[in-house]
Amino acid sequence: MLKYFDVIRTLVSVAIALVIAFLIIAMISDQPLETISIFLLGPISTTAQIGNVVEMSIPLMFTGLSVVLLFRSGMFNLGAEGLFFISGLVAAIIAIYASMSGFIHPVAAILAGSMVGALLSVIPGIMKAKWNADVLVTSLMFNSILSGIGLYILNYHLRDAAAFSNVSFKFQETARLANLIPGTRIHTGLILVLLCIVATHYFMYHTRWGYELRMTGSNRAFAEFSGIKTARVIITVHLIAGFLAGMGGAVEVLGMYSRFQWSSLPGYGLDGALVALLAKNNPLSVVGAALFLAYIRIGADQMSIMSDVPAELVSIIQAIIILLISAEQFLKMWKNRQLLKEAEKLG
Amino acid sequence: MRENVLEMRNITKVYQNGVTANRNVDFSLREGEIHALAGENGAGKSTLMKILFGMEAPSDGEILLRGEGVRFQTPQDAIEKGIGMVHQHFMLVPSFTVAENMVLGMEPKRGLGIHYEEAVRMTKALSEKYQLTVDPRAKVESLSVGMKQKVEILKALLRGAKVLILDEPTAVLTPQETEELFKQLLLLKQEGHTIVFISHKLKEVKAICDRITIMRSGTSAGVFNMADVTEQEISRLMVGRDVMLKYDKEESFYGPPVLDVKGLTYVNALDKKALSDIHLSIRTGEIVGIAGVEGNGQAELVKALTGGLDGRVQGSAKVNGSEISNLDIRSIRDLGISYVPEDRMSQGAAKEESISDNIISTRYRSREWNKGLFLKGKSIVSLAEKLIEEFKVRCSGPAQPIGMLSGGNMQKVIVARECSIDPILLIAEQPTRGVDIGAAQLIHQKLLEMRSQNCAILLISADLNEIMELSDTLYVMYGGELVAAFDKPSEVTEEELGLYMLGLKKQQGEHAGRSVTSDAQVL
Ligand SMILES: Nc1ncnc2c1ncn2[C@@H]1O[C@H](COP(=O)(O)OP(=O)(O)O)[C@@H](O)[C@H]1O
Ligand SMILES: [Mg+2]
Repeated sequence: MLKYFDVIRTLVSVAIALVIAFLIIAMISDQPLETISIFLLGPISTTAQIGNVVEMSIPLMFTGLSVVLLFRSGMFNLGAEGLFFISGLVAAIIAIYASMSGFIHPVAAILAGSMVGALLSVIPGIMKAKWNADVLVTSLMFNSILSGIGLYILNYHLRDAAAFSNVSFKFQETARLANLIPGTRIHTGLILVLLCIVATHYFMYHTRWGYELRMTGSNRAFAEFSGIKTARVIITVHLIAGFLAGMGGAVEVLGMYSRFQWSSLPGYGLDGALVALLAKNNPLSVVGAALFLAYIRIGADQMSIMSDVPAELVSIIQAIIILLISAEQFLKMWKNRQLLKEAEKLG
Repeated sequence: MRENVLEMRNITKVYQNGVTANRNVDFSLREGEIHALAGENGAGKSTLMKILFGMEAPSDGEILLRGEGVRFQTPQDAIEKGIGMVHQHFMLVPSFTVAENMVLGMEPKRGLGIHYEEAVRMTKALSEKYQLTVDPRAKVESLSVGMKQKVEILKALLRGAKVLILDEPTAVLTPQETEELFKQLLLLKQEGHTIVFISHKLKEVKAICDRITIMRSGTSAGVFNMADVTEQEISRLMVGRDVMLKYDKEESFYGPPVLDVKGLTYVNALDKKALSDIHLSIRTGEIVGIAGVEGNGQAELVKALTGGLDGRVQGSAKVNGSEISNLDIRSIRDLGISYVPEDRMSQGAAKEESISDNIISTRYRSREWNKGLFLKGKSIVSLAEKLIEEFKVRCSGPAQPIGMLSGGNMQKVIVARECSIDPILLIAEQPTRGVDIGAAQLIHQKLLEMRSQNCAILLISADLNEIMELSDTLYVMYGGELVAAFDKPSEVTEEELGLYMLGLKKQQGEHAGRSVTSDAQVL
C-alpha cells in the first residue's frame, strides 16, 4: 500500500477537487445536472472539442516536461514562463523575416527559439551552481526581465500598425506548422512534444546524465559523496529544461497563430509546475497530466458558454488539487498508520 | 523519592521516510534534577526531545506532565506548560540584537511599536538573575557561539521554562565555555529548574548530571543514578550489543603500505586542533582500527582522507604514493578508495531512489556499466540482484526505493556498494552502528573477506567489541591525537582501552602512532 501512496494521494486529490466542483455547481447553477454534464462531456462531445483539448495540452506538455526535469533535480525554478514568451518571440522573428522553404523554415524557427531558451535558462543555473543563488528568486526575476524585453521588441520592432491591435506582422506561410488532423487545429507540434517526452523519459532513466540528475535532486550530499559533480549537473539540467521550454514557446506560436500576439506573459510557468505536480515528476505521466488539465479547462469554457456557471470554477479545482497534493498533512494519518504497521512487521 | 515532573511512556516515532527513530521509549524527569540523555549519533535523542517539545508528533505513546496526560501540537503548547528547548542548531535571528531576539513573538508594546528599552531591561534583569552575562544591545551575528547559547537559554527562561532541554550544548563550545555553562546549569538547578542534558561526552555527563537515560538504536538502554554507573558501563550500553561477536580470523600476510599518513594536522573553524600530528599506515590485507569516544577527531580524520576538508590540512596522506589530502572525493574514489560513511541517511543513500540506483552510484561512470552515455540497464539490475542475494538484503527487489528498507538492510546495501568495486583501500566509518545483530555480523564477515583479498581497511568505530575483534592494529584516538597503539588488539582489555579512550591514560615516550609505523617498516 505504502508503495502507491503518492499515486493514491494524487488520485484522491483530483477526485475530491472534482466532487467539490460538483457541489459548487449544484449550489450556484439552476440546472446543476445539465451543467455538470456539459463540464464533463463537453470537451469530448465532438472531434473539434477533442481537438481543442489536445491542442491546448501541447504547450502544457512542453512546459510540464521542462519543469519535471528541474523539479527532479531539486531546482524549484519557474522560469518556463519567461522562456516561453521570449522564445515564441524569437521564433516569430524568424517566421516573419527569414525566407526559407516549407520544411526548413519552422525547423529553423523552433531551433532558434529552443537555443535562446537554453541560453537564457542557464543563467539562473550557473548562479545556483556557483553562488547557490535561489533559483525560485532568480527565475522569477528573469521572467520580469524577459517580459519587459519581449514587449519592447514587440511594440517597437514587430508591431503591425495595420492590424489595429498589439500584434506582430504576419508570419510567412512557410513557417507555420502543418495541421495534423483535419477538422481540428492539432498541429505537428504534438508529434514533436511526444517525441521529446519519450526522449526525456529515456534520458532520465537510462542515461548517465539522467542518473546524475536524479541522484543530485534526490540527495545532493549523496551525489557529491559518490563523486558526481553536482554543479555541472545543475547547469546541464537548466540547459535542457530551457531548451524544452523554448521549444514549447516556439511551437505554440507557430502552431496556433499567424501573428505573435502575446501581450503579456502567457502563464505557462505555473502551469508547468501544476503539470509536474500532477505527473509526480515523471516524464511519461506528463501526457496524462497535461491532457487532464486541458480537459477541465475546456470543460469549464464550455460550461461558461452554455450554462450559468463561470469558467473561473476551474481555478478552484486547480487550487484544491495543488493544496491537497502539496499539503504535507493530507492523508498523513493514513500513511502513518501504514508506516507503523510496516515498522512493527519488521520488528 | 522526588516526584516525576514529567513522564514519557512507550513513545514510538516513525518518520515519514520509514525510519523508526524511537521505539517504545520510556523517559522520566524528577523535579530539580539534571538528567543526562546519552547515546550515539542517530540513537534518537533529539527526536525524543522534539516530541517532548511539541515539534514532532509521536506515532504512539503518551506524555504525562505532573501526572496529567498532555498533547503538545506545537512548541508553543510546550512553552506554555513551562518546557523550553535549546536546539543543536541555534534558532536566533542574526541581524537582530540580543534584546530583540529575546522578546521575539512576545514583544513588550508601547503604542503600536516595540518598547525596545523595556526589552533591554527585561534581558538585563534576567541575565543578572541567572548570571548569564550578555550584552542586550549587541547584534546576534557578532556574538560567539557560547554567547549565542546563553541567549538561547535566556530566551527559554524568559518564556517561563521550568524544564529546560539542552540538545548537545557542549558540542560547539570550547572547554572554558563548557566549564562556564556547567556552573550556570548548576545554578539553574539550585533555582529549582529541571534540566535535560543531551550529550555523548561521558565525562561531562558524569560531572554534572544526577541521573542518566541511555539510548541505543531508538530504544532506551536503561536509566541509572549517576553514582551507580561507571563511564565504562555507560559507554558499553551506548554502543554495546547484548551478544558478543567472535570471529575466526585467518592469519593475514601484510603487503606493502597502501595508505601512509604523516603528520596530519587540522585546525577547525573554532580554532581547535581537531587533528594533531597523526601518523598512520595501513598495509594490504590489514585492518587498522581506530577506537575512541565520538567527537575526538575521528570524523575529521575520515574527512581529511575523503576530500571533506578541501585540502585545509597540514601534513601528508598518500595512497600508493599519490598525495590525496588535497584531492576531491571524485579523484580519491578514482584511485580505488571506497568509503562507507557514518551517516547513511544524509550521505550514504538517496532515499527515494531504487536499490539498484543506489548501488551503482560509485561505478556507473566506468565502462563496465555504460555504453557511452547510456547505462547498461540489464547488467545493473543483475548486479543489484546478485548483491541483494549475497548480502541477504530483505527487500522486494532491485527497484524498491532504498528508503523503505530498515536501517540494517539499508546499511547492507551501502556496504555492498562500497565493497563490490574491488577497492584497494576501504574506509569504514561506524559500519554497523544502529543495525541489528544479523546485519552487523554479515558486514563484519564481509570486511574480513575483503581483508583476505588484500584490501587495506581503515575501521573507525566506537563499538569496542567490533573494533577489538576485527582490527589487526588498533589505535585509540582522544582529543585529536592517536594516544595509544596496539599490535595485538585482542589481547587488550576493554578496561584498559577505556582508560585511553577517556583520556585518563596515554602511551608515553615515542608518539603512539609513529611507533607502530616504524614497526611496520621493520617488518
Ligand atoms: N526529520 C526527519 N525525517 C526522517 N528521519 C529523521 C528525521 N530526523 C531524524 N531522523 C532519523 O532518525 C534517527 C534518529 O535521529 P536523531 O533523533 O536526530 O538522533 P540523535 O539526536 O540521537 O543523534 C536517525 O536515523 C535520523 O536519520
Ligand atoms: Mg541529535
